[in-house]
Amino acid sequence: MKYFHLIWAALFRRKARTFLTLASIVAAFLLFGMLDGIRTTFAQLGQNADGAQRLQTMSRLSMVQMLPLALRSRLEQVDNVEAVTWANWFGGAYQDPRNQLFTIAVAPNYLDLYPEIQVDPAELEQWKATRNGMLVGEDMMARFGWEVGQTIPLQSTIFPNSDGSLNWQFRIVGVIRPRDAEQGGFFGAMMLMHYDYFAESTPYVDDQVGWYISRVSDVNRSDAAAKAIDALTANSPNETRTMTEQAAMAAQIKQVADIGLIVGSIMGAVFFTLLLLTGNTMAQAVRERTSELAVLKTIGFTSHSVLAMVLAESVLLVVLGGVLGLGLAAALGPVVGAASRGAISLPPIGPGSWVLGLGLMVAIGLLVGALPAMRAMRLNIVDALAGR
Amino acid sequence: MNLMKTLLRGLGMVLLLIAFLAVWVLLPWYGALALAVALALWMALTRTGRQAASVTWVGVGTLRQRLGASSVVVVGIAGVVGVLVALLAMAEGYRHTVSSAGSEDVAIVLRGGSSAELMSVLSRDEILAIERAPQIARDAQGRPLASAELVVSANVPRRDGEEGSVTLRGVGEMAWAVRPGVRLVDGRRFETGRRELVVGRGAQRQFQGLEPGNEVQLGNERWTVVGVFESGDATESEMWADAEVVGATYRRGSSRASLYARLTAPEAFNAFKATLAADPRLQVDADTTLGYFSSQSRTLTTVLRVIGIVVGSIMAIGAVFGALNTMFATVAARAREIATLRAIGFRGLPVVVAVMLETMLLALLGGLLGGILSWLVFNGYTASTLAGGVASLSFEFRVSPQLLWEGLKWALAIGFVGGLFPAVRAATLPVTDALRAM
Amino acid sequence: MAPLVSIRSLTKTYQRGPEKVEVLHGIDLDIEQGDFVALMGPSGSGKTTLLNLIGGLDSPTSGSIEVDGQRIDQLGGGRLSHWRSQNVGYVFQFYNLMPALSAQKNVELPLLLTRLGAAQRKRNAQIALTLVGLADRVSHKPGELSGGQQQRVAIARAIVSDPKLLICDEPTGDLDRQSAEEILGLLQTLNREHGKTIVMVTHDPRAAGYASHTLHLDKGTLVGQQAHVA
Repeated sequence: MKYFHLIWAALFRRKARTFLTLASIVAAFLLFGMLDGIRTTFAQLGQNADGAQRLQTMSRLSMVQMLPLALRSRLEQVDNVEAVTWANWFGGAYQDPRNQLFTIAVAPNYLDLYPEIQVDPAELEQWKATRNGMLVGEDMMARFGWEVGQTIPLQSTIFPNSDGSLNWQFRIVGVIRPRDAEQGGFFGAMMLMHYDYFAESTPYVDDQVGWYISRVSDVNRSDAAAKAIDALTANSPNETRTMTEQAAMAAQIKQVADIGLIVGSIMGAVFFTLLLLTGNTMAQAVRERTSELAVLKTIGFTSHSVLAMVLAESVLLVVLGGVLGLGLAAALGPVVGAASRGAISLPPIGPGSWVLGLGLMVAIGLLVGALPAMRAMRLNIVDALAGR
Repeated sequence: MNLMKTLLRGLGMVLLLIAFLAVWVLLPWYGALALAVALALWMALTRTGRQAASVTWVGVGTLRQRLGASSVVVVGIAGVVGVLVALLAMAEGYRHTVSSAGSEDVAIVLRGGSSAELMSVLSRDEILAIERAPQIARDAQGRPLASAELVVSANVPRRDGEEGSVTLRGVGEMAWAVRPGVRLVDGRRFETGRRELVVGRGAQRQFQGLEPGNEVQLGNERWTVVGVFESGDATESEMWADAEVVGATYRRGSSRASLYARLTAPEAFNAFKATLAADPRLQVDADTTLGYFSSQSRTLTTVLRVIGIVVGSIMAIGAVFGALNTMFATVAARAREIATLRAIGFRGLPVVVAVMLETMLLALLGGLLGGILSWLVFNGYTASTLAGGVASLSFEFRVSPQLLWEGLKWALAIGFVGGLFPAVRAATLPVTDALRAM
Repeated sequence: MAPLVSIRSLTKTYQRGPEKVEVLHGIDLDIEQGDFVALMGPSGSGKTTLLNLIGGLDSPTSGSIEVDGQRIDQLGGGRLSHWRSQNVGYVFQFYNLMPALSAQKNVELPLLLTRLGAAQRKRNAQIALTLVGLADRVSHKPGELSGGQQQRVAIARAIVSDPKLLICDEPTGDLDRQSAEEILGLLQTLNREHGKTIVMVTHDPRAAGYASHTLHLDKGTLVGQQAHVA
């Protein structure tokens, strides 16, 4: 637009002031990027096309209560269920009790229900053939510097081994990689061992599983399948509760914290102070340029175009700072991740956050510029030129 | 040459800044008070000090004209302090709730290598062996004040409709004697052998229908709530019932998870630990409940504090730029006034002190505003989280005086950084230019 | 030939707080095309007010102003703005240039309101600046120019869209003797060689000498006319 250079020149008239204001805006949107990344990561957990087809069955009594393995064949016969797998939590720590790991003991067909997890086919076969074989997520491999073929010792805090100790040995036979980059953090830290090896070795677990995962063929009737599964165990000592995987994760997260509320509150405070700060800058800027704006009107610029120019200036200011801030947040993720060697992984800034961020930038720019723009519009040429 | 001077001066200021911040971080409140008193004395008694006081006075007098700009500093800093205090209060509330459940004269014994009660299993024999330790206090009948307890997580509907997990603790009659902080406030204790629950106030707040007389469905069995207890700590988020019944329902048999023992005295703990270690049949870990709960809360508390500080820091950086902006503009607006003072004979230092004082006064205002707002809104605000990833823990935000002081410190630090450079600019702007301009 | 500017029974009243002040009392005036008129009068006589009304910067309380057949007292808001952009150029005592823009960009400002492309705008601005004798200063910012040079840029801006009327409010009020004479000479050239109609407010009789007519205003009414050949 031909007026662009006018608006740009107006913005950078007082360079120091503009740069300082930009810096504050960058800080605000850096924070927004980081917090919104966290919010969307939690909101999206379990929300993918593959996840929609999976049902999670746990004990209705308690989340740490186990279910009998015998349930499996009955689950497979439920209408709409096309595959069933099971798993049990293991946990474990490597070298230091503070290095808690995400290890689960799974049925041999577990990965069939998780197409978004990728393992090299040869490594998968090797895992199936190795009793104490383990598949490890690529982030874990990088973090501890493990290699395929290596045997690692893990210490369990819950399950003693067949020798009575809490020490377990596993042979790493393959690497787990996520198919889509966004799910990276989750699957990259996963470690899979064999359920059979686990159940045989630990004395207190007899044909019991932590939870079942079932895949339904018709997503639209998944609720009916869930109810049917729970009906199987109703009024028995092993009552179950079946939900879609997504619902199960959402319920879990909601108990941890209402992340949306926390993030929203913080950003509310941040943007409120930003509004005040930027509003003050814009008000000052317009006040200083009263005679210039009057001259524009004398030349023939209409009041409305002056209004538009001031609004454009304030929107440009906020968008400039906001894009820099969000960009910084997006760039920070991989940098921090690389520097901490995978220990700290900041969530990526997805397109949703960018869209929301840009919308907020424009809204804030308009809000901030509204009053000064109206002032500029209503400027009386004669009074302004006379210095009144 | 001029560039060199400016660079050196800039470097000097940055070093001064870092030195100040380093000292400031460590300063306790009485240290700051002493500094303030020293400053006041300097301004009252020395000549330069009195000059600084005059310049400040002039500045404060014209503050009304700069209300808009000054409010930017105040509100910006209030925002930082408000958010910081709120987040740290969340961390502090959680930490306080969990650790105040512990004391130095009550010990907890778990199976060796267990990181939490939920993971620990103690057999009947182990429990009997532990109870024989002489350091455990005895009651009037000579029975050891030891409570073997079973901990499971139960699925119960929450008040918002979703299913949640609550800690169900199976206890014997000794539990009440071992934990004196737990007081029955409604209804009665459960009867042995029956499916009866005594629920904590925190659990009652969060979950549906936990009133005395109501029934709760656990699995496929119905239990009755018969009483409510309070304790002012994490225990309030639990439900208590007869250990035998819980053990049967959750198929744990006669094993228990942990043993709580009241010791004869806090000093007896080391001897207690040694006694247990000496017994070859026992593979257990013992800790005071204070030590145990403190370490349980450590991770989440640290995470929350880190989040609070990171968010606060980024906001603080934004506020510093806002303060710099405002104060540079202020100095520019008052250039003529300041130049006149300097032409009259006021030296550079009083001007610097005056501008910084003004900035820090605004910052102090902002810090107080933010702290008080946070205290009003958040102190006592109840929240809950999933403790140990397994069961719900309800806690209150805690805006302690220590936290308010921390917030105030941040505010003053922002004021210092935001005021230093404009102050130096005010003291060094060329007098003749400023007098001639406009 | 009909006069370019035709004013009948013009009054202007301002609201100053609770009071109403009548600044102009029934002015009748004709200005011919190609005229260079000086408006003189003591402070408070209303000469700037009259100038503003002729230039369409303000609207009269009553009476009519007709410029080139157009009743500008009947134009409002946006249409008056548009009329100004096409028909009038302004020169102020304190130049009123945009400090953040170069001389060239300053001169191009009125052209932004036309449909001309960027290259054409640049060309026209160059021509205008050459006309005022500043071809070698096109990329300087106002802060880098002397008072006289800034006024020249302002004049270039005023003529770049080729308006019929040039309105000048104390154009030499802030200039030294020599620069003032250069500016007045330039205005005279624009009038005699390029046919621009100029209305100039001044309190300096020597400046008025460069014009072809002088009008005197006192307490809101026209006093007499002086014609002179300069």
